[in-house]
Amino acid sequence: MSLINYSSREINCKIVYYGAGLCGKTTNIQYVFNKVAPETKGKLITLATEMDRTLFFDFLPLELGTVKGFKTRFHLYTVPGQVYYDASRKLILRGVDGIVFVADSQNSRFDANIESLYNLHENLEDYKLTVQDLPFVIQYNKRDMPDIISLEDLEQELNPEGYPNIEAVATTGVGVFDTLKIVAKGILQRLSKN
Amino acid sequence: MVKADWTIYEEDYWAITSVLKELLKNSNSQSVLLIDKTGQMIGSVGLEPDFDLMSFASLCAADFEANSQLARLIGETDFSTLYHQGADESMYLARIASNIILVVLFNKRTTLGLVRLRVKKAVEGLDTILNRLFEKLEYENEDLKEFDEEFTQELTKEIDALFSD
Repeated sequence: MSLINYSSREINCKIVYYGAGLCGKTTNIQYVFNKVAPETKGKLITLATEMDRTLFFDFLPLELGTVKGFKTRFHLYTVPGQVYYDASRKLILRGVDGIVFVADSQNSRFDANIESLYNLHENLEDYKLTVQDLPFVIQYNKRDMPDIISLEDLEQELNPEGYPNIEAVATTGVGVFDTLKIVAKGILQRLSKN
Repeated sequence: MVKADWTIYEEDYWAITSVLKELLKNSNSQSVLLIDKTGQMIGSVGLEPDFDLMSFASLCAADFEANSQLARLIGETDFSTLYHQGADESMYLARIASNIILVVLFNKRTTLGLVRLRVKKAVEGLDTILNRLFEKLEYENEDLKEFDEEFTQELTKEIDALFSD
């Protein structure tokens, strides 16, 4: 839920990275954290288990420069991917302004992607939202892995509606900023739409 | 033009801040913060904490939400207040107007009883202000004319500059 605070002259927007367990949501946020200028980022908060699996969420606030006296912030969140953390995922979607769905391109994770996407639709429904209401990007991650599904097949199954898609290798940063740019600009356009 | 899901105007902000300041003084606490349920900071008064406020706000919202779910599991509709006790620093959280969380940070200079009492009064005041604000937003439909095409273009440039390898 974008929030404009006239007094502190701030605009805040929330972007959520969604996807199956181990698809690379946290890796995306970590790459952004490592690459952006220190003065533009806040602390990276990670609520993870000892095994480095996200337990509740990761959170990274990013601050754009001041335009016309207003400071714009993007709050990046990831959800825990494992099926049994559904309650946490639902909570994090509250007030979302834009969604990145990170799909794992590996053959072995095909079904997990479908299940997670279906779960996203279900959880959005609880907030009376659909992906059509929001800026939505699908990132096909792990394109460097050996046994991957073709882009065509992924698109056919996960993105028949033709939402923007990006091929990525989040570990090296390929496609990470391109994905973020699409969703951030989408939010901006939605804000500007009269 | 920019349309937000919700907006805080200058006059409402000052009305809110005045209630927060009164609560800070009357409860003898360290800091008082107002956060929305999605984890965004609305305002704060008192000592500027030496931690990242953005992260703090996000974790408070998550804390409150997780506890609301726990409440539902045990058959309650909600926990309207939460209390976290530390050896030196403690915090007290209260829900206001369904979407907003009030957070009071305090130490041994005061007591939980006093904080709880003062929060109760402040919640009433804030409820009125926030409900008025939400009503106003429904009518005004958040039509914010000062953000024009130029504003959007400038922000787009900022996005391109920030999100680059």
